[in-house]
Amino acid sequence: MFSFIVRRLAVAIPTTLILVVISFVLMYAAPGGPFNSERPVPEQVMANLEAKYGLDQPMWRQMVTYVWGVVTQFDFGPSFQYTDRSVNDVIAQGFPVTLTYGMWSAVVAMVVGVSLGVAAAVRQNSVLDYLAVGITIGAQALPNFVMAPILVLIFTLWLGWLPGGGWNGGQWEYVIMPVIALSTSYMASIARITRSSMLEVLNSNFIRTAQAKGLPMRRVIFRHALKPALLPVLSYLGPAMVGMITGSVVIDIIFSTGGIGQFFVNSAFNRDYAVIMGITLLVGVLTISFNLIVDVLYAWIDPKIRY
Amino acid sequence: MALLDVSDLTVTFQTNDGPVNAVNGLDFTVARKETLAIVGESGSGKSQTAFAIMGLLARNGGATGRVAFEGNDLLSLSRRQLNKVRSNQIGMIFQDPMTSLNPYIRVSDQMAEVLQLHKGLSKRDAIAQAVQMLDAVRIPDAKSRISMYPHEFSGGMRQRIMIAMALLCRPRLLIADEPTTALDVTVQAQIMKLLGEIREEFNTAVILITHDLGIVADFCDRTLVLYGGQIMEEGPTAPIFADPSHPYTAGLLGAVPRLDREMEVLQTISGEPPDMSNLPAGCPFSPRCEIVREHCPTVKPGLEALGDSRRRACHASPAEMKQEMRDV
Amino acid sequence: MKLAQPDAKMLEEVGHLAEVQGRSLWADARARFLRNKAALAGLVVLVLICLFAAFGGLIAQYERDFVDFSLMGANAYQGSPSIATGHYFGVDVDGRDLYARTVQGTGISLLVGIVGALVAVVVGTLYGATAGYIGGRVDSIMMRTVDVLMSIPFMFVLILMLVIFGRSILMLFIGIGLISWLDMARIARGQTLTIKNKEFVEAAVATGVKPLTIILRHVVPNLLGIVIVYATLLVPQMIIFESFISYLGLGVQEPNTSLGALMSLGTKQMNNGTLWMLFYPLFFFLITLFAFFFVGDGLRDALDPKDR
Repeated sequence: MFSFIVRRLAVAIPTTLILVVISFVLMYAAPGGPFNSERPVPEQVMANLEAKYGLDQPMWRQMVTYVWGVVTQFDFGPSFQYTDRSVNDVIAQGFPVTLTYGMWSAVVAMVVGVSLGVAAAVRQNSVLDYLAVGITIGAQALPNFVMAPILVLIFTLWLGWLPGGGWNGGQWEYVIMPVIALSTSYMASIARITRSSMLEVLNSNFIRTAQAKGLPMRRVIFRHALKPALLPVLSYLGPAMVGMITGSVVIDIIFSTGGIGQFFVNSAFNRDYAVIMGITLLVGVLTISFNLIVDVLYAWIDPKIRY
Repeated sequence: MALLDVSDLTVTFQTNDGPVNAVNGLDFTVARKETLAIVGESGSGKSQTAFAIMGLLARNGGATGRVAFEGNDLLSLSRRQLNKVRSNQIGMIFQDPMTSLNPYIRVSDQMAEVLQLHKGLSKRDAIAQAVQMLDAVRIPDAKSRISMYPHEFSGGMRQRIMIAMALLCRPRLLIADEPTTALDVTVQAQIMKLLGEIREEFNTAVILITHDLGIVADFCDRTLVLYGGQIMEEGPTAPIFADPSHPYTAGLLGAVPRLDREMEVLQTISGEPPDMSNLPAGCPFSPRCEIVREHCPTVKPGLEALGDSRRRACHASPAEMKQEMRDV
Repeated sequence: MKLAQPDAKMLEEVGHLAEVQGRSLWADARARFLRNKAALAGLVVLVLICLFAAFGGLIAQYERDFVDFSLMGANAYQGSPSIATGHYFGVDVDGRDLYARTVQGTGISLLVGIVGALVAVVVGTLYGATAGYIGGRVDSIMMRTVDVLMSIPFMFVLILMLVIFGRSILMLFIGIGLISWLDMARIARGQTLTIKNKEFVEAAVATGVKPLTIILRHVVPNLLGIVIVYATLLVPQMIIFESFISYLGLGVQEPNTSLGALMSLGTKQMNNGTLWMLFYPLFFFLITLFAFFFVGDGLRDALDPKDR
């Protein structure tokens, strides 16, 4: 197992580097820099600014300097648009927000999705099953940017129960709608995958053997059927996590929660290369980490995969 | 009292094209310590009989009739009551050892849970007994290998593990559904030999379900020949093999390639396997029967006794059969 | 048993069997699909939506970019849907006819969805099938590349690209194509491997059939089934994806519009009591997705009934 992880990491590092290179090249190739947007700036001032932020160096040197700073000191450099803050500050402000509702969304999606899927599979063709399938199909068509306004409509405008935005340090009233909006479509997908996978597992020979052993149904489901049934769900989790991270951009915009998604889009508009790089790297590392965790979990469940 | 007394067992499946009977009014008994072979082609209903006894029919299947095990009708038991019988009183082993064990759980855990559940043993004791049973079925180095996963064993060994697992609670009846079909011939012989030894040692009655007549002759006290979900012939094995009293049985035996005679042509039974949704009202074998009479497709031949605890279902008498069929 | 006349009788029996009409797998699948009421309903709805997108503009009373100044400032009161004013769906925040805009948006969303799915399918299937068929080292390298690419958060890169290089439909297509072919490649490769290892391919190779013929006659038809299913399921994903991008303001630009953009505008006006601005695009968005989901599910059940 250890060597498995090491080998995965060995692939992860060049991937991250590729990510850095791509982002760097893109930004370099882009017309317009961080400082030529609003008012034309005198040349001398421009030269000074560029020197200060190291933008007058050739691209490869900028890249090396940057990577060095990140790797040795976790320093993502100063932000271009927020003159008094560094990228680290920006990330430190936004990331906890995103992490909080992101994690809750993942947990809700998993727990509700798997439960719904298992219940539907076990009671196949019952009222519960049809209801579950119906709900999940419906929910899959409700991505976060659709769910969010609907939720706000119902709970803020009509019922007045919940605040329509803001973060307020993460009190539950401010967290609950973002979580529901973000997790709904993933919950639906997970439920569908679980249901169909569970149905397939329940039809397999080894489940018949388990029943022939006189095991009560609950044990058959949870001890024998659940683990293999969850394997496809696990494979789906990687992309789902990534999806939730990107989806957080919309959540941030609609609910004004102030997570890194919002900062990212703003920085993109303002050509704040440093923040863009920092967040992209962060997300990239998160993606790779999630995929790695998913792979490890998969290998842990399935004994046929051994390294 | 017989160990197992099946009367009028009918298994019906609800399909897109309407209800289909896989088994039609089966009657048979199994005595203690007796071995019964249920023989038939694919689709004759033999496996479904076993599943009906154990309550393992597919979702769209239902069984009617009476399956009395030690006097209790299994078909009328609740799920919980049935679970107490499964593996505890009646064990079952299945056809495909490659897929019948849970690939995600260690063999030790899979086996131990049977004892933990039915006999209330602790995990440690359960595993210890499981090791002993694995030794009995001749798994080499059982003590260290028991904590492995199923895919680390060969097909033959997996079947042995299945057998061991089914016997852990010393059930009185073992149902073996085509236990050797998926294995190659030398392994087949080993498994059958093992089953014989097990039967002796544990005094278990065995129902052996198979389409392979070769393994029946040595092993089974009595044989039941099934076609189209109905009994064609039944009785002690040796007399049936030596002197079949039903055209179908005769056909089956004749189709076995022999080394001790010169043969130029392989014998077959003409025609195709029956369409279970469209059986003749009379004898299901009539479309393929060599000595078919005019009334065979419309009038069902009842099971008649034939001395020596044999039964047969055929309109032609044994004498007529011998006359009209060649190479019997 | 009668000693058979071996040749004559055997031929007769085999001949009799051959007369039984075989049902090809496709006919079987079509029968199953047609039996699935939900899938049929979905198909009907899809056809209707396509008709709506293509011909709906014919019954619109206003041009899609005509701004009705008479309603300026009074949208909330006079801009609501009514047959009388001819604004069937009402007007949007700028005074344009929402019906005409919805027709336009539906068309563009469908277009983007289908083209995106097509690109993903073609590129992904070719890539994956090639990798799977060639196998060995080449396969390893190709799939590793896919793995690495999958680790890159493409959304972010795409947003970056859209902001930097400007927003255009071309950019959108490129971006969508870039992201979605990976999944398809994986699936195509897996399926190709399974097919390659089946005995009938082995038999074909053993009897000396040329590789190209094998690919065309054996691999591709078996691949088609799963490719069609995933393509159908990919279209709604593409539509959602494009809507997401448009929602952020990075997708199709005015005067073009898509359902996502319309929903975005509608959301912003929710507080003003002009709910129709959100409702109509949302409605078409939802039923389009549902229809695709049902059809995709129906196809999957028809072509691979294990899931029942």
